[in-house]
This record gives sequence, structure tokens and C-alpha cells, in this order.
Amino acid sequence: MNVVDTQTLERTARNVREHILRMSTNGGAFTGASLSCADILVYLYSQYLRISPAMVDDEYRDILLLSKGHDVPALYGVFAELGYIDPARLQHHLSTNDSIYWHPNRDIPGVEFHSGSLGHLLSVGIGMAIDARMKGLPTRVVVIVGDGELNEGSMWEGALTAAALKVDNLIMVVDRNGFQANMRTEELIPLEPLEDKFRSFGWFVHQADGHDFDDLDQTFKALMTNQGKPNVVIAITQRGKGVPSISERADRWFCDFSLHEVMELIDELNGKSTAELTSETLVVR
Amino acid sequence: MNPYEELLLRHCQNSGELMVLTAENRGHLRTVPPFLGDRFIDVGIAEQTMIGMAAGMAMRGRTVVTHALAAFITMRSYEFIRDDVGIPNASVIMVGMVPGVLSDGNGPTHQAIEDVAIMRGIPNIGVFCPCDIDEFVEGMDYLITDGRPYYVRYIGMPASFVHTEPFIPGVAEVLHTSDAAESDVTILTYGYMCRIAHAVIPLLEAKDIRVRLVNMRTLKPVDERRIIEELQQSQVVVTLEDHLSTGGLFSIVAEVLLRNHPEHHARVLPIALSSWFKPGRLQEVLAHEGLDPIAIAARIETYITTHVQEHGAHE
Repeated sequence: MNVVDTQTLERTARNVREHILRMSTNGGAFTGASLSCADILVYLYSQYLRISPAMVDDEYRDILLLSKGHDVPALYGVFAELGYIDPARLQHHLSTNDSIYWHPNRDIPGVEFHSGSLGHLLSVGIGMAIDARMKGLPTRVVVIVGDGELNEGSMWEGALTAAALKVDNLIMVVDRNGFQANMRTEELIPLEPLEDKFRSFGWFVHQADGHDFDDLDQTFKALMTNQGKPNVVIAITQRGKGVPSISERADRWFCDFSLHEVMELIDELNGKSTAELTSETLVVR
Repeated sequence: MNPYEELLLRHCQNSGELMVLTAENRGHLRTVPPFLGDRFIDVGIAEQTMIGMAAGMAMRGRTVVTHALAAFITMRSYEFIRDDVGIPNASVIMVGMVPGVLSDGNGPTHQAIEDVAIMRGIPNIGVFCPCDIDEFVEGMDYLITDGRPYYVRYIGMPASFVHTEPFIPGVAEVLHTSDAAESDVTILTYGYMCRIAHAVIPLLEAKDIRVRLVNMRTLKPVDERRIIEELQQSQVVVTLEDHLSTGGLFSIVAEVLLRNHPEHHARVLPIALSSWFKPGRLQEVLAHEGLDPIAIAARIETYITTHVQEHGAHE
């Protein structure tokens, strides 16, 4: 591991965040949720997963499934930075001439399964992980889920089944940014104590700072020796991370900024001036 | 081991890729699990998870037979079938136990009587409704090898007649013809109702009504050519189904008729369920719902008397 130094990871993550902001105009995107999981995706694709642009059809590759599909700008930003897709394609966001829209789909190289409706890809991941185990492949299946997504009954149905079937090549990562669409998770459907819930469901439970590459690395390295149970990593994150004027805000989940605002937000990302935002807040989808 | 289990075992032995998943519905899969080893997974009472897992396995190159009660596999996991099987065209076959009237005494929660309507509404997914275990096994042999996603209305009952035509999706089977040249009535049906329709034939023929009986086999793809032919050659076409009259065979015939607008065509009499049926022993259910041979024959005879002999066929 540690094939890439932390400085490189941080530079990649900054670029991914710029892609996310650039996709948050002309129709908009789920900006807040994308920014919260950007570092996790950068870490996994750069450091952890046995996957590369040349390996997208390789039987021995690891698999990442984005179950909270609305954060796809983060995934496509990573794909653009790491060579899976031409970065110029991101300008086709929401154009019917390409397939880059609000949720992932398999027309984009590197996407293993489409999503959009929440609560689906844990069970799809269980199926893929069992298939790999039966074939004797070293495949690890990582499923990225949102904390709001844990409202879905199918997540807990799948959690029971994964434990029962001892799917230990499966890793669920909860992007614990503390928000669901319109408000904080604890104000609507409280999840805490979340670690206890997963532990009682028969999972290995880990917690990490979802924005700290060293902490992510230590956590993911540590779980590689676990056997007999599925793993969950609760990654503590911040909605809108990296762009203070929209972070930790319930009303900046789906954002459709003016081009001028996007430029100001990129300045803010680069540590320059704070953006002045006048566009409509909380465009609920 | 029953013929369904023998079929699954045979395919698992022949191919390294077939998986069998159930949501703890082992009624007809009691003996085979130990023989299938790790190719059989009981996921517990978790139909959504079963379908998602099957889709994941299919994406990795497997064909997966999933098995649960018809009402639950289609309706509890409907969105999983639509999203995870339908959208990627995943190689998953969904076998639904006790569809239609076969849920007999279970009550309305277990009545899959809209299953054909909702499953045929999903792009990429076919619908196969065998009328006995022979047709089920022959059709499943074809579908497992073919690998396209299908919903299958399971039936474990022995055959009450010999199938002479090979199973091909979208090709109906003519089970009976009173008169090769012309018919008064063609009964189009599928699944369990085939055997009921078969018992209707002598009752109609005793009244000098010439009957053709067609087993549709698959409702998606459907044999449009056969439907149009019957509409043109018979005075009355009866759609007989243990399904709601919305979205099933009657709707399919209506769609085919509108799409093809033949100039001369038969009147169409739908015999179907209008709501949940009264639960009970199967034969009593049929009698209560007017789906027993005597009641069906009487309805057809009355229809011919009032609509065809008095007013003539549609022209």
C-alpha cells in the first residue's frame, strides 16, 4: 500500500472537488453529498482497490459500488483524475449526447452497477462477493452507502443476510456526513448508536475520519485480516467538505449554481475569498 | 426429487454458472439443496435481498434461478426486479410459487393475480406461464440455457395432456381443434386454467359448438400472429385467466387488436378475476369464482346465444 503519497492524494481530492463544483451548474448536481465522500473515493481508487483504467474488465479486479448514487460527481471526478474517462466528458453533464447524469450507469467505464434508488447495492454487492468467493477470486467488494440511506429496510435486511452468509470479502462504507436530504439524520430518523447497531447485526465495525487519508489507510489496512464477518467502515465526514460556505448546510444538498458562483466556490476551495451565494437554496429533488 | 429439483440439479451439474436462490420457500425444493451444495443459497425471508444478490451474481456471469411465493417475489421485490434485473437485462429467472388461484386458502395477501400485468410492464423481462410440470421443465430448460430474465408462474401439477409442440417463447400451442376449417369459439388461456379449459371442451361440443383451445405459454413475448388468426377465424374469442382482467391476457388481446386492426374479427369475452378471490380449497374457489368448467361453458354458451346468434359477429 501507500503507492501514492498523501500530498498526491490531497491534490487529487482538490481536483475532484473542483469537478464536483463545475458539475453543480446548468441543471445542478448533488453537491453536498458528493463533497462529503470525495476523499473516501480518492483514497479507495488510489490506494486500496485492485483496480485501474486498464483493469475495468479484469476478473481479478476489486469492485466498488456506489449505492448512494446521487454523489456520482465525486465518482466521475475520480474517474477523470485517474484516467478512467476523458475529463472533457464531464462538460457533457446532463447532455443527452453522453451518459453523465445524476446517477451512475454502466455506460461509463469503471461503473460496476447503476444506482439511483437507495438501498439496492448492498444486496447486489453481497451477490458479487459470494460469486468471487465461490470462484476463489481475491475480489473485495466495497459498497458506499449514505447515512440517510440507512433508513431503507433493505439495508438492514441485507445486513442480516451478509452476516448470516459470512460475506467477509464485503466492506460497506457509510458516508456519515450527518445529513439526509433535508435535515440532520438525528433530527429525522436517528441512527445512533450506529456502531452498536452494526455490531449487533454481526459485522466487524470500524470508524474512520473520512477526510484523513492516513486514518483511512490505517482503518482499511486493519480490516484486511478480518475473517468470518462482513466489515463496515463508518466514515465520519462533513457535507460540503472543502467549501466552507456550503458545508454542514441542510439547504446545500442539491445545488444549481450560476457559473459566477461556481468560479467563486472554486476560489474558496483554493483558500482564496469566500463565495457570495445568491442562487436558490434547497432545490429538493 | 421432483422434476423441478431434477432440472436444477441437471443444470448445476452441466454448467458451473447456475445458482439457485430462495427466500426460504422450500416447499418444492426440499430434497435438492444438499446436492446443489454452495450453488444453493437460502437468504431467509428477504425477497429484495435475494433479487439484488441474484443481479450481482448475474453481472459476474452467472444465471440465477430465484424462487419464492409468486405474490412476494413479484410485489415485495418489484422495484429490485425492475432496477437490478430489468435495467441491466440480468440473467435472473424469477419463479413464483402458487400463482393465481393456486394460492387457494391463503387469502388475498398471497394472491398473485396481477403478477402478469406488472411483470410484463418491465422492459427486458419475459413472462412464462406453464400449464403443468412437463411444460415448466421444458420451458425452464430453454430459459436457463437462453439466460434472458423471465418471470415464471410455477406449477408442479402433472400434465393432463401431451405437449406435441416444442417450447419456443412467443409461440402458442394449439391444444384442441373441433373443426380444422372454422371455429365458433377459441379459448385463449395459460397456466393452470389450461386444464380447466380442456374440461370445458366436451361441454361445448355437446351443444354443437366448435372449439379451439390455445395455450399461450408465454405472455411476453406473446404470439401475436396466433391471436390475430384466432380473432379472424372464430366467432368468439374467450380469454380465460386466473388473473385480474386488467393487464393480463385480455389486455394483451386488446392491445394486439388495436395494433393490428383486422377488418373482420371475433367478439372477445374476458373470463378473469375482478378482485381478490374468496380463499378456500381450490375446487371450491373455482366454483365460487365461476371458474369451474360448467360455469365457464355456461357463460360461453350464453354469450354466443345473446351476442353472436342474435347480432352476428363484429364486422
